[in-house]
Amino acid sequence: MSLLPFFQWCYQSAIGEAIRDSTWVFPVIEACHLLGLGLTVGAVLIVDLRLLGVGLSRQPVAQLSGSTEPWLLGSVTLMFTSGVPLFLSEATKCYYSFPFWVKMTSLALVLLFTFTVRRRVTRAGLASEPPPLGRITALISLSLWFGVAWGGRWIGFS
Amino acid sequence: MSPLTFFGWLADSSWSVGLHESQYAYSIIESIHVWAMSVFFGLAVMFDLRLLDWTFRRVPISEFNRRVLPWTITAFVVMVISGMLLFYAIPLRSYQNIFFRTKMFLLLLAGLNVWFFHARVYPWVATWDVDAPPPRAARVAGALSLGLWIAIVVSGRMIAYNWFDCDRQPQSAIINFLTSCEPGEAGP
Repeated sequence: MSLLPFFQWCYQSAIGEAIRDSTWVFPVIEACHLLGLGLTVGAVLIVDLRLLGVGLSRQPVAQLSGSTEPWLLGSVTLMFTSGVPLFLSEATKCYYSFPFWVKMTSLALVLLFTFTVRRRVTRAGLASEPPPLGRITALISLSLWFGVAWGGRWIGFS
Repeated sequence: MSPLTFFGWLADSSWSVGLHESQYAYSIIESIHVWAMSVFFGLAVMFDLRLLDWTFRRVPISEFNRRVLPWTITAFVVMVISGMLLFYAIPLRSYQNIFFRTKMFLLLLAGLNVWFFHARVYPWVATWDVDAPPPRAARVAGALSLGLWIAIVVSGRMIAYNWFDCDRQPQSAIINFLTSCEPGEAGP
């Protein structure tokens, strides 16, 4: 079964059409989306650097994770609520865009990873010496977020 | 030589044209710019949130500054270099772009805020390192930084849109004044 009819339906939705009809709405939502990305990267990076043994390496992982988690949830929500309308306005283009699929795959994987494995690792309150598990968790998290940001930027170039 | 002539000359230079017309180089540099921006903006905001006492309350501010600032500065350097290359690829249009001008002005204000914080507030950090909340001056610097960087990211994103470009006339007189456009003259 092809997903194309679904993407076409999204494209023809009232929201998608309204965004396409306006000069300003798309860029403004896009800017919000970019701010959400920056905030997400900041919240992720503080914890992942810690897992790699750098940055705020003298603070307990669980504490940093607790401090950043509300901001991470908030920024992911912002990215999602701004990303969906952006998608609706150019859904058919996205269907044929390779970067879009890279981004969606990375996003699904990173969200799954962040709220399962990474959450467990950060909450376990690892010892101050970062064990291999922490480093691997951080590297997977950073690589997947890199895929999301790279794919996102390249949707616009295709 | 007026700035317009200078940036026009720069726009005609072979490296600038090459970068502008390249199939991948410009896009790659722009991706690096966005990537570095995310790291810089994200970490700068985390520090601002600490100054505002909104999170990381148990991390001393001096510790946060010492451990995180080198990463923030590294990302800033990458951002400035990639940003200069992006400007070099499209110099005349960027120079006249109203959002680019807004962004440069806001960057100046953000720079002054950084100077104010590090010259006038931070030197006495030992006396308020773990205070909750941090002193008013530190919170004001954090709030200003947060607001300015949000505005800088937004205006940076808007540079790509050509609503007020010189080759899209008629524009109101105030817009042509703010963008140094001379209507009647062929656009870049």
